[in-house]
Amino acid sequence: MHKFLIRSFVSSLVLLFTLTVAAVAKDVKAAFVYIGPTGDHGWTYQHDVGRKAVEAAGFKTTYVEGVPESADAERVLRQLANSGHDIIFTTSFGYMNPTNKVAKEFPNVKFEHATGYKREHPNVATYAARFYEGRTILGTIAGTMTKSNVIGYVASFPIPEVIRGINSFTLAAQKVNPNIKTKIVWAFTWYDPGKEAEAAKALIDQGADVIAQHTDSTAIVQMAEKAGVYAFGQASDMDKFAPKAVLTSVENNWGPYYVDRVKAVANGTWSQKDTWHGIGDGMVVISGLDSQMPSDLQAKVKKLQADLASGKVHSFTGPIYDQKGNLMVAEGKTADDGMLAGMMTYVKGVEGDIPK
Amino acid sequence: MIKIVKRDQPSKTIFFFTPVLAIFLTLVAGGLIFFILGFKPFEALKFFFIVPIADKYGFSELLLKATPLCLIAIGLSFCFKSNNWNIGAEGQLTFGAIVSGGVALLFYDQEGFYILPIVILAGAIGGIIYASIPAILKTYFNTNEILVSLMLVYVSKLILDYLVVGPWSNPEGFNFPETRQFSESARLPLLFEGLRIHAGIFLALAAVVISWFVFYKTYLGFQMKVSGFSLKTAKYAGYKGKKMIILVFLISGACAGLAGVGEITGPIGQLHREVSPDYGFTAIIVAFLGRLHPVGIIFASLVVAITYLGAETAQIFMQIPKYTGQVFQGMILFFLLASDYLLFFKFKFIGSKK
Repeated sequence: MHKFLIRSFVSSLVLLFTLTVAAVAKDVKAAFVYIGPTGDHGWTYQHDVGRKAVEAAGFKTTYVEGVPESADAERVLRQLANSGHDIIFTTSFGYMNPTNKVAKEFPNVKFEHATGYKREHPNVATYAARFYEGRTILGTIAGTMTKSNVIGYVASFPIPEVIRGINSFTLAAQKVNPNIKTKIVWAFTWYDPGKEAEAAKALIDQGADVIAQHTDSTAIVQMAEKAGVYAFGQASDMDKFAPKAVLTSVENNWGPYYVDRVKAVANGTWSQKDTWHGIGDGMVVISGLDSQMPSDLQAKVKKLQADLASGKVHSFTGPIYDQKGNLMVAEGKTADDGMLAGMMTYVKGVEGDIPK
Repeated sequence: MIKIVKRDQPSKTIFFFTPVLAIFLTLVAGGLIFFILGFKPFEALKFFFIVPIADKYGFSELLLKATPLCLIAIGLSFCFKSNNWNIGAEGQLTFGAIVSGGVALLFYDQEGFYILPIVILAGAIGGIIYASIPAILKTYFNTNEILVSLMLVYVSKLILDYLVVGPWSNPEGFNFPETRQFSESARLPLLFEGLRIHAGIFLALAAVVISWFVFYKTYLGFQMKVSGFSLKTAKYAGYKGKKMIILVFLISGACAGLAGVGEITGPIGQLHREVSPDYGFTAIIVAFLGRLHPVGIIFASLVVAITYLGAETAQIFMQIPKYTGQVFQGMILFFLLASDYLLFFKFKFIGSKK
C-alpha cells in the first residue's frame, strides 16, 4: 500500500511535469516576417522551410510575407508583438531599425534579426550564416571545372557579406587553378529575375563558363542551362530548375537554429546573442554533387566540406593579398571575424573595382 | 425586354454613386474569392476591413497610411482634371524624398527649429523639379507625358539606389544601403505619444482645402475643367494652355514630393532603398475612386489604405496570402471603370409590343 502510494505520487508528479512542459512549449508562438513571397525558391522560401521545422517541433507559427522595408515594417512588427507572439524573426537586413524600435516597446517579446548588426535592447538577438564557407566549396569546383579560366559572378550589393563571398570563392578557385579570373557584374538587387538573367548573359558573353551568384532567383541557373555553361544554386537546391547547369547548391538551413531559439524561449533560457553559424553547425548545407563532376573532385569536395565543418580548414587562410598586392592575411594566419565582418576589399584575382 | 440606351448627359447622381457601387462589388467579389480559397468569407472580410482599425492604434495607422495617398491623389487630380496624364507621381515622390533627405543629412548632427521647414520645402522643390521634366517636354516638344513621367519613375529609383549605396551611405553602417538617421529636428512631430501619426496629415488636409478652393472658386479651376472636357474649346476660348499644363504638373509634383517628405521625416527617419511601397501608383486609383473631388479623395484614400492594413491582419490571423491586398486594389479600379458604363448608358425596360 505504502509503495503504491509513493509510486502513484511519483508518477503523477512526472505526469504533471510533462504536462506543464508540454503546456509551456505549446504556448510559445513564433512569428516570421519575410521580405519576399514564400514561393521565391530562394531566400524567403528557405526561411519558410525553417518556419515549418518550428511547426513540426510542436510550436504555433505565423508569418507575413512581402513586407516592404518601408514604414510598413514597423506596423507589421508591432501587430505581431501585440497579438501574442513570443518571438519574432525578422528575415531581411532592412528590418534592422524597425526591429530595434519595436523591441524597445515590447521588452517581453524576443526579436531575432537576420544579417544585421544592431542589438540595442536585451531582447534583440542577431543571426547570420557563414555562407562564405559554402563559397569556398563552390570556388574549388569552379576552378576545377572551368576551361576558359574565366568565372562569372553575379553580385547584389557591395556590402561586406557579398565581398566576403566573392573573395572566399576566388581564393578557393585560385588554389586549384592559379590562372582563373573572377569577373563580377553588380545587379544591385537581391531578387529581380530579369536583371539577374541579363547579368548572367553579359558574363557568359565575356567568356565565363562557370557562373556563381549572390542573388536569389533561379533566372541565372536557367540562363546558364540555356547557354550550356555551369552554375551553382543559391539559398535552396536549384538543381530541378537547371539540371545540366547546376553542379551543386549552397542551401541556407535555418530550421535547426529557429527550433533552438523557440525552444529557448519555451524553457526560459533565451538570451541575447550574435550567432554566426557555418557548415559545422549545419546552417550552411551543400546539396548533392552533380555526376558531371569527376569522382576525384567529388572526393575532394567531400573532404573539404568535412574539414571546413571541423575547423581544420578556414576559408581565409594566409597568405592573402589584395588586388594591389598588399598583404591582407599573413602566412599561416586566418582572418578573424572582425576582419570578415568589415571586409570591403577584393583579393588578388578578382577583376574590377568595388562600386563606390 | 431590356434595352441599353445612351444617356443624353452623364448622370450626376451616378457619377458619385459608382465609387460606392465599385466598393460594394469589390467586397462581394472579395468574399467570393475568400470562399473559393476555403476561408469563411464574412470572417475574412472582418479581419480585412474591421479588425485593423478597431482600436485607437489601428485607426492612427490607417490615417498614417492614407496621408501620402491623399496628398498625392489631390496633386494628381489637378493633372487628371485638365487632361494631363501624370503617371509618374512615384518618381516625383522619390525625387522629393531624395532632395529633402539630402538636406536633412546636411543637418544630421544639428538641432534647430529652422531645419524642418527647410527639409519640407526641399522635398516640395524636388517634386516640382522632377514633375517639370515631363511638363516641359510635353508643352515644348509634344512628347507623351504618360511615357515620360512613367519612365522617370525608374530613373528616380536608380538615383536613390546610387545615393544610398554610395555617397550617402552611413559611414558607420558597414556599407549597407541606407543613410544615417536624421536628427530629431528634421523629423515631423508626432501628434500623440506612442502613435506614429505625424504632422504630415496637416499637409494633406491643407492640400484638400486649397484644391477645393482652386477647383471650384478660381479661374484656373474653370480653365482646368474646360480643358478637361475639350482641349479645342479651351484653345478657342483663348486659354494659355502651356502655362496651365506646366502649372498643374508642378502642383502635382509638389504634392508627391511632400508625400515623400512625410514618409522619410515621419515614420522612417532616414533614406533607404524602399521609401514608398508604390504610393505614387496606388494614388492613381485613389484619385479616380475619389472622382477627382477633394472630399471624395479623402474617403477614397481611407478605403484604399485599409486594403494594405487588412492584408496584413488577414495573413496574421487567418493565413490568407498578403498579396490579396493588391487584388482588392485592382478589383476596386476594375469595378469602378466597369460601372462607369452606367454614366453614359442606361437600361430601359420596354414592355413587349402587341
